[in-house]
Amino acid sequence: MTMRVHVKVRRFDPDTDQSPWWSEHDLDAEPSDRVLDVLNKIKWEQDGKLAYRRSCAHGICGSDAMRINGMNYLACKVLVKDLGSNITVEPLLGLPVIKDLIVDMELFFEHYRSIMPYLVNNDPVPTKERLQSPEEHERYDDTTKCILCAACTTSCPSFWATGDYLGPSAIVQAHRFIFDSRDQAAADRLDILNQSSGVWRCRTIYNCTSACPKEIKVTKAIGEVKKALLFNRF
Amino acid sequence: MYHQYDAIIVGAGGAGLMAALYASKGVKTAVLSKLYPTRSHTGAAQGGINASLANLEEDHWEWHMFDTTKGSDYLGDQEAIEAMCRAAPELVYEMEHMGLPFDRTPEGLIMQRPFGGHTRNYGEAPVKRACHSADRTGHMILQTLYQQCIKQGVTFFDEFQVVDLIENDGVVNGVVAYEIATGKLHTFHGKSVLFATGGYGRVWSFTSNAHALTGDGLAIANRHGIPLQDMEFFQFHPTGLYPLGILITEAVRGEGGILRNSEGERFMERYAPTIKDLAPRDMVSRSIYLEIQEGRGIDGKYVYLDATHLGREKIEEKLPEIADFCRTYIGVDPVVDPMPVHPTAHYAMGGIPTNILGEVLRDGDGNIVPGFYAAGECACVSVHGANRLGCNSLLDIIVFGKWAGQQMAQFSQENDFVPLPSEPDGPTRAALDVLRAATGDEHAGKIRSEMQHTMMEKVSVFREEPGIQQEIQLLRELQDRYNRVQLADQGETFNTELLEAWELGCLLDLAEVTAACALNRTESRGAHSREDYPTRDDVNWLKHSLAYQTDSGVDIQYRPVSITRFQPKERKY
Repeated sequence: MTMRVHVKVRRFDPDTDQSPWWSEHDLDAEPSDRVLDVLNKIKWEQDGKLAYRRSCAHGICGSDAMRINGMNYLACKVLVKDLGSNITVEPLLGLPVIKDLIVDMELFFEHYRSIMPYLVNNDPVPTKERLQSPEEHERYDDTTKCILCAACTTSCPSFWATGDYLGPSAIVQAHRFIFDSRDQAAADRLDILNQSSGVWRCRTIYNCTSACPKEIKVTKAIGEVKKALLFNRF
Repeated sequence: MYHQYDAIIVGAGGAGLMAALYASKGVKTAVLSKLYPTRSHTGAAQGGINASLANLEEDHWEWHMFDTTKGSDYLGDQEAIEAMCRAAPELVYEMEHMGLPFDRTPEGLIMQRPFGGHTRNYGEAPVKRACHSADRTGHMILQTLYQQCIKQGVTFFDEFQVVDLIENDGVVNGVVAYEIATGKLHTFHGKSVLFATGGYGRVWSFTSNAHALTGDGLAIANRHGIPLQDMEFFQFHPTGLYPLGILITEAVRGEGGILRNSEGERFMERYAPTIKDLAPRDMVSRSIYLEIQEGRGIDGKYVYLDATHLGREKIEEKLPEIADFCRTYIGVDPVVDPMPVHPTAHYAMGGIPTNILGEVLRDGDGNIVPGFYAAGECACVSVHGANRLGCNSLLDIIVFGKWAGQQMAQFSQENDFVPLPSEPDGPTRAALDVLRAATGDEHAGKIRSEMQHTMMEKVSVFREEPGIQQEIQLLRELQDRYNRVQLADQGETFNTELLEAWELGCLLDLAEVTAACALNRTESRGAHSREDYPTRDDVNWLKHSLAYQTDSGVDIQYRPVSITRFQPKERKY
């Protein structure tokens, strides 16, 4: 059953605008439409200038994280029927806005790169696979789901307060390797996360866990990294 | 702005990143991607990557080669298929060594499962060949390769959209890229250029493909006089989630899921008595269309994929992503209810013709375009022939990405830079100016939608001459209307409206090439099913088609198929 929705979008075009403003749009939507479908309709039928990132449209690529009715979502993973007829869309908080819903992701990826997000294993390479038991695999499985969308990091008040904080996503990525039985650089990553920009900035607010579109237990993962630091166990 | 690199890689999915890892070991390499690399559509691949590891039961690369050849309806080049299937185990181990978190057997080996068209002992029964990470294998491959690129310090130009190829006297020596954040044009001067730009599924309305899959690389190459091979073969994956088209992995059937019609019947038993629901995709998609046509679809629109008998634990452990899709988008819990599915435009078997080293071919005699390489879905090597088997695409990108990267490094070490032509970005500047300056009452979105819906109707799972001809006529009208698309955004910063319009130009080109090739091939083979020519015709059509763009339309020539071990036979499952 088609419904009428009123959509407010936070806009800013550096080529023409002095300061941000709101555009407002009334349109028909299906309850099962994704917010991304709604944005596409606005762009393709009402206002070609509207700018946002998108690609896969089903919650895999992580392009379209944004703030929708005050919460971080992927626009392609939240449906109109779950939001009601008034929808407010804003860019992610805590990263500089480039245009409309597009933010500068460089700081986010800089933090990602800083935690050594790759397997380190200096042993001679075996001719077949390295063995890993299902239990050892299970230990870090949850944090392999991260799609680097930044929904968690930009929902974190500690990150809003200081962009130096590496943020939940970078810690999730570090967790993925720290607890991988094949990896040999856990101590180096823990040193990085033990600094003032690391895990101790986390105040266990759980915004990150609520925001994660892949339902990763982000706060739990951060807790496990903290425990590893306190008890030197991983 | 001018940049100089030995190797220039366009596209940062699996093929591009694998090529980058290998090219950058030898020469100065840059990767250009219109998305952030981790947004690439390799990440959407779900079910697995094939290799005859024999971790759970007997398997051999010869069996894998046979299945791939038969799956291709004998149009795949057997020399390339053999090379890929032989290399598969080593490459999968290499991915594991890079850190890929495969699911594991109780002994700690890489876990494997059955997949469509993969059999033991030349067709006897399904075999466990697909190595996987739950149902996010592509995501893990993309992440792992990107991680390794960071480790190795590969240079990336993120959100740089390549819009033209540069050549000088028949040698490819660079690309022109549009920097999306600033609207500036950049000239990349190189000794070797690789296109790994992915597919073009956005030609159709019902598709598993990302918005970004607009076939840019194919269209650019074709505009430069390079042929596109086997474009009439586009795979419709049988199980797209209705009504969205999102991929529901074949692993559901690999794990025991069953397709049922409105009468609850397991209809694949009639179409493929031996391997039933695990028949190759072209056959299953046709079967679903026929069931719906004959009145056994649900609401006349779709069929059911039933996984309810697998139990909650198996679905949560082995198929968590697709369970999430169903719950999120259509409110169906696959633990309790069957999933509504319909064939969805999924994968281009055709593309830029290459040899095994990734070198691009310019004609049917195997002559190459010096300096130019292609790998992955945008390329046609051809290991998939007329129909790709599941889990062979992730293998394809790893194998041929690696070999292309190695070859680029070698070529770049042995050759000097060829000077650029004067004003290499001139044609791009002019083309974008035309787009910006066009006036009229047409909308790109409307033209795109008309193309997508009519291609779905006339040139999808089944085709016949009158429908294809109507479509070609319509596409020409759409091309004409495309010249009157007026853009609202005249800015420089993230002008995504301009880029979407430019991409639509690529899609329209590729739709026409696809339709022209579909009209030309008067037989049915693999994914190309002509209702007016329902049988395979090896006498006249056991050959690749090569489509060239000319002023008077699409000109089609041919290339022989490499047949080494397996002579064509009737294809039964």
